[in-house]
This record gives sequence, structure tokens and C-alpha cells, in this order.
Amino acid sequence: MSTAYDIAIVGGGVVGCAIARELSKFTCRVCLLERELDVSLGTSCRNSGVLHSGINYKPGTLRARLAVRGNAMMDELCRDLKVKIKRIGKLTVALEKDDMPGLERIYEQGKANGAPGLEIIGPERMRSIQPDVEGIAALWSPSSSIISPYGLTIALAENAKANGVDLRLGWGVTGVEVLPEGRGFAVKNARGETVTAKLLINVAGLFAAAICEMAGIHDYHIYPCRGEYYVLDKRLDGSLRTLIYPTPNPKNPGLGIHLTPTVDGNILIGPSADYQDSPTWTGNCAPTMAQLREEGLKLLPDIRISDYIRNFAGLRAKQTPPEVGGNADFVVEDRADVPGFINVLGIESPGLTSSPAIAEMVRDMVKAHLPLLPDPSFNGVRPGSDLLFSERSPEERAAMIADDPDYGEMICRCESVSKREVLDALNNPLGAKTFVSLKYRSRVSMGRCQGGFCIPRIARLLYEEFGWKWEDFVDHSEGSRMFAGKVLNGGEH
Amino acid sequence: MLKERKCGVAVIGGGPAGLAAAISAHEVGCRDVVLIERDRLLGGILNQCIHDGFGLHRFGEAMTGPEYAQRDIDRFNELGIEAMTESMVMELKEDRTLLVSRRGEMIRLRADAVVLAMGCRERPRGALSIPGTRPSGIYTAGAAQNFVNLSNLMPGKKVCILGSGDIGLIMARRMTLEGAEVKAVFELLPYSSGLPRNIQQCLNDYGISLYLSTTVTGIVGEDRLEAVQVSKVDERRRPIPGTEQTFECDTLLLSVGLIPENELTRMAGIAIDPVTNGAVVDDDFMTSVPGIFSCGNVLHVHDLVDWVSLEAAEAGKRAAAWAKGDREGAAGIAVRHGNGVRYTMPARVSGGKDVSIAFRVGAPDRNRYLVVTADGREIVRQKRIRLHPAVMEHLTVKAADLKGCSALEVSVQ
Repeated sequence: MSTAYDIAIVGGGVVGCAIARELSKFTCRVCLLERELDVSLGTSCRNSGVLHSGINYKPGTLRARLAVRGNAMMDELCRDLKVKIKRIGKLTVALEKDDMPGLERIYEQGKANGAPGLEIIGPERMRSIQPDVEGIAALWSPSSSIISPYGLTIALAENAKANGVDLRLGWGVTGVEVLPEGRGFAVKNARGETVTAKLLINVAGLFAAAICEMAGIHDYHIYPCRGEYYVLDKRLDGSLRTLIYPTPNPKNPGLGIHLTPTVDGNILIGPSADYQDSPTWTGNCAPTMAQLREEGLKLLPDIRISDYIRNFAGLRAKQTPPEVGGNADFVVEDRADVPGFINVLGIESPGLTSSPAIAEMVRDMVKAHLPLLPDPSFNGVRPGSDLLFSERSPEERAAMIADDPDYGEMICRCESVSKREVLDALNNPLGAKTFVSLKYRSRVSMGRCQGGFCIPRIARLLYEEFGWKWEDFVDHSEGSRMFAGKVLNGGEH
Repeated sequence: MLKERKCGVAVIGGGPAGLAAAISAHEVGCRDVVLIERDRLLGGILNQCIHDGFGLHRFGEAMTGPEYAQRDIDRFNELGIEAMTESMVMELKEDRTLLVSRRGEMIRLRADAVVLAMGCRERPRGALSIPGTRPSGIYTAGAAQNFVNLSNLMPGKKVCILGSGDIGLIMARRMTLEGAEVKAVFELLPYSSGLPRNIQQCLNDYGISLYLSTTVTGIVGEDRLEAVQVSKVDERRRPIPGTEQTFECDTLLLSVGLIPENELTRMAGIAIDPVTNGAVVDDDFMTSVPGIFSCGNVLHVHDLVDWVSLEAAEAGKRAAAWAKGDREGAAGIAVRHGNGVRYTMPARVSGGKDVSIAFRVGAPDRNRYLVVTADGREIVRQKRIRLHPAVMEHLTVKAADLKGCSALEVSVQ
């Protein structure tokens, strides 16, 4: 791999990968630097997975404009990249008369922002969408959707790589040297490696302010704000046919704890909102977990203890400190003071929705510095299918098994993941080899037994058929080894 | 492409229950038994249970898990019963049609009778709502047992164990023998949920401490596990603030309960008992769906494999009879659990034959009577010096005592 680029992108979250894929349409030399061992291991894998319609943002802001534009781009993008998207729409519900002015306000705001298909509907229509929903009226926003956030990020990264972007995983930026006379940047990591680039695009999420500091920009501070979730068993799949949110209440800003179905058939309870200092701690706290369970039960009384299959938490990269609260607008800027430094910062919600629109905006900023020539060999279509093997009919599965016997062998029981899908995940185009990389690509261990059954089988597969050693198995990071060694006198591997 | 097949008795699962059911179905005359097993080898979870203590009741000797399994596997092979290994049942329908996925082919199997013998799985961390991070190094005890005994992989070196179920106790000893330092075992309840003999042989003999009324209330470490925080709990099992203690460790093993694996059972629309999480069955082990039988740990979690085998042999026999068309009338006598009894198995009996009722008590106790009444009339009374929820109890009721009765009740007096 070369070390001299036209453009270096710092950060392999959904926005960084969307920018990489957008720039891969042109002949410029691009690298993406990601500190973790895979893309999408930060905020991009730890959120609700909702594409927003754009009704909740102040007209004229980047959040409003980019969310509406990004949402509109998703159908084509997901079709090309083989990413599952479900346009299930959203009901913003007014429970009582007092909620009506708030509902009218977001309806007008949504119209002003250009969100498509908005309607205020009555109880009858509401119940035709979700039979048990309560309330006197609701704003129906049909473009609100669900998507796998890591699925989209991985697909963007793979397509970017297929079109020539150098993806450097495990490449944590520790220094940015601004080269004299506008010659660009020398970017360094802790191993002493350097890449140079004419332009540097900072999409480092929770670390974006730290990257700014390295380049001598002292304008920003990121306040990590943790959102915790419960993941519910697929037993409850189908309980929610749409997204249901309460009407925003000025006394209680934020969207509040709610239920979100995922594209894979789980339901999420969350997110909470708690500020913290650490940009990496994504644990769960007992009081918040209790609160999530309580709120979840209010919204879906059928939840049983055995339906809680996992917890997770994600960190919002907020610019507003705890004492201020609320949200600041996205920062997408071409820094005049540090020529060639393009800053994409403070991308909290609706960052996932906005990602392809931010990428267009950044592309246009890049054009001011570099001539962007379309690459005739660009292929925006990612091979494969958005359907999992288990989602196909018995006849289709039988035909695929006959064609490729590995489809017949089941590795993960709960999610019905075949050996073929595990092998495909293992041979992923990005070369990511963590256990989480396998999980996000194939859904192994994401079901109700949480890997009790399949993790030993996958371990056996990897050392028997791929010659892995005990030290090769990591969960998600260099330090997260899954094993501590071999059993004494226990044979080779 | 979808292959179509028929058989007399389809047995789902090739562990001790499935083997015993298939063998007995064959022995009573069913010549087209098909056993479907998802692993490469028959024997199920016994293959990773290399400790001894199996077979004391059934064979009168102490065997390791693989030795116990091999006796049944040998008999199974001797009878020439068909096993489809590395095959997973993807669907089960009420009409006893199975969709089986295996290397290279997918089969639609229509069976005259089906025996469910899928066993159970371990409850994962998610069901416990343990606060903290999600580093590597947290495994269910059974997964750790698989790594150590079947794959020669050591999950860690400094180990804490949450839950004193039998697998957790066995793994405390196993990890110690492999050179790991087992720091402690924590149990939420005021008593262990493992067999008393395992407390002695796996913890006491190795000087490993068991902390009762204690649970894990924090996980520390962003990459690999670094420590667990534990707290004492009150009588309502809530952590008591101020009792927190931190144990440095790189591994946390969970032995916090077993869940019968009834995904296929639910798919077939079979009624499930909310206490056992297994099917509701009659004294022929037949579920609410005619022709589908259930036995072993998928029916209710056992503590000894010996009882699994005996129960499954009976179920296999009944399934074979059903497949042959030998069908008795409905089992009309309800079996209820009274004072001190958590559940009974079966939940209803026919009254036409002697029946063994299996059950568990709700709490440890001493010097009590186990009593069965038929419509209020006492028909069985047996003394027990010790009662423990970890130990499955059995009582036999004579057919003669069941004549004309409408309900049985099992209780602790």
C-alpha cells in the first residue's frame, strides 16, 4: 500500500465510509484510517438503526436539510449495496389535546424541511397502521425507516474498497502534522507509521475534537452522551409494525425512551441519555437498565424476563455540554485557517440518515481543492443479496444447498446461520478478523442463546479448517483475546 | 430439489434422551426410526462431560459422560438405527412434517410420530441484566467446558463463577485442575442450586469459596474482563448497597440456569408449561399435539442423565406404539402441584396404568412427607429426610388407586 494520498479520511463510522464510497467514484487516491480492527465499531454499531424523516429539526439547519436529502437517497443506495431497509414509517402520537399544538408544530416544521408524505391522521387510520396504538391523533411520516446501521456501514466500506479506497484498520491517528506551504498533512499512528495526504477529512466521531486539536484547531469539544438499550427476543417480532414516538414535549427534550423494531426482527428499548467523560466506555448502569425495563413494559406489557437477550450502549458525539443540553447543528466545514482540513463533527442523530448527504456535501468541498475526475471503472453495485439465507423459502434454500453444500450446515442455531455465511463473513473484503466482525456480517451469536452454542463451533471451525491459533481469537480489539492459552498437553493449535 | 421422505418415528436430538427413545422405539418393533442430530457425533452434551458420576442409578457404576453415551451409541448401532448427523431440523409442523437441513441437501420428512429430544441450553448473560461493559472472557459454563474438553482451549486463568448450578461447580474443579485460579463461586439464592455431592467434590475438596445470597453487580474491562463487582442480596434478591466487593479476574463463567430448547415445539403449536418451559405432556409423554412426544431435558431439566434415559425410553416406546396405530384414549386425570411443589410431570394421566410422577420441591427442607392425593383421598405418603430443589423427586402411583378419580395432587406435608 502506498503512503501518499490525495485524501485521508479519519474515521470508519457510517459517515466516514459514506464519504469514502462517494470519493471512490473519482480517480483521486483515498485512504480511510480507522483506529479499531473493523469499520463500524463505534457509534455506528450502537444506535437505534432508524432513518429519520426530518420532521424534528429546525428548518434551515444542516440536520434538517441533510436528513431529508439522506433519507431520499437511501432506496437507491441500499438497492446498490444490498442493504436491507424497511420503510415502516412513523407515528408521532398526540395522547391528549394539549399535545396537539406540538403535533401541528412538527407537522409544519416537517413540511418546511421537505419531509415527504406527511399527514395528520385520526385514531382510525392510526389503528389501521398499528392496531393497539393509543392517542387522539398522530403525525404519519412514511419515509421514517429502519436499517441495520452496521450493515450499511460495512457495505459502504466494502464498496469503497472495491473501488480503490485503501482501508487501514487498526490505524489510530495519534498525530497530525500540517505540512508547510499548503502541501497537506502528515498523519501518524502510535506504531510510528505515517501517511501523507493533500486533504484531511476529519470524521472521527467521539474523537473528532481531538483530531482538530492535533491540527491546531481549538474550537470544539465533544461531550460523549451515552444511550443504553435492551435487545428483545425475536419472539416479539411483529408486535410493532411502525415506529411510535410521543409528541415532543418542550419540558422533556430529546425523543425519549421508545421501542424500535430492527430489520432483523428484534425490538430495542432505548436509548437513555447520560453524559460521561469517557469516549469509549459503553457499559450499562443498573438504574438506567431498571428504567429501560420499566418504560419498555409500559409500551409492551407482553415482555417477559426471558425476552431480554442483550444490552448495549452507544455514545453520541455531542457538542452541547450537559448544562446546556439539546442539540447543536452538525459541523461540516472546509477550514480556511488550516487549508485542506475538512471537518465533519458533532454528527449525532440524524447522522445515520444524513450520511450519504454529508458525503455529497464533503465531495463538493473537496472539489474546491482538487479536480475530481469521474473514474470510468467505478462500480457502485455490491455483489450478494440483502436477504439472509434463513429468510428464503425452503425451496430456494434447498436449491442453494444443492449448489453449495456449505449452506446446508447450520452453525448458529438461534439465527439459523449456515457455514457458507460464516465463511463469507470470515473472508470479508475488508479483511476484518474479530469475532464481532463475523457477528455483524452473518448474525452468528446474535440470537437468544448469545453464542453459547455457536461460539465453540466457530472456534473449532477456525482452528480445524483455517489453522487459527488460540491467540488469533479476539472479540473486538487487540486486547480482547477470547482465550488465555491452550489446555496443558492438549494438542496443537 | 427439496427431498421428500417418510418414516415411522422421527427423533429430534441425538443426546441421551434421543438415543434412548430411538433404541426403545426400535426395540418395540418400529423398523423405520430416524434420529436427527446436529453435531458430528451422537451423545450430545455428554461428549464434553468428561468427569465421572454418570450411570450410578441405571448401570450401578460411575462412568464419564462419553462412557455413558457410548453404551447407548453401541446399542443404537447394533440395532442398525439410522442417524442423520450434522443435520438440523429447521421446522416442525403440527402434521409431524420436519424440514431438515444438512450438508448438501434439504429434506422434508413426514413422520408418523415425532419424539422431541432437543435438550436444553444455558441461560446467557443478557437474561440477567448484569450492569457494566461487555469485554471478552464472559462465557456460559457449558461453553467453557466445550472449549476446555473438546477444543483444548483455555478460556482464562483467573476465574469467577456466577451461579452454583452443576455445570458451574464441575467447571470450578475442571478449571482448577487445568491450572487456573478459581477465585470464588457466587450464588444469588441462599442455597446452592447444584447437587450436594458436587458442592463437596468440586468446591470443598479444592478449597473454593461459595458465596451465597451474592450476585455480580458490575463487569469491569473494555477489552478483556478485568474484574467483577459482587454484592450481597436481600431476601427479595435485590443487591444491598454498601456490600460491594471487587474480585480481579479475567474470566466469568455463568451457570445460572438451563432453558429447555423448545423453539421447534412452539413452532408446532404445542402447549408449554410456564414453570418447566417444556411441553405439557400426559403419562405417555405425548404433548398437546397428537403424535408428538417429548422427553429428557427439553421436557423438563433433569439433574441426572439416568432419569433422562429412563424417561426417554418410555417416550420412545409410546411413540412407536402411536406410529403403529396403537392409540389409547385421552388422558383425563389432571395432576396438580400442591404445597411446596413447583411442577409435576406428567401434567395429566390416563389412569389405565401405573405412573411415575416426577417433580421438584420449591425450597430446601428436612423431615417432610411427600403426599399424593386422588380427589382429596391420600394414596401415596413417603418420608424424606432431606428435600432440595436441585434434586428431582419421583413417586409411583398405582393404577388401582386412580380408578374413577378426576384429579391428583402432589404436595409436601
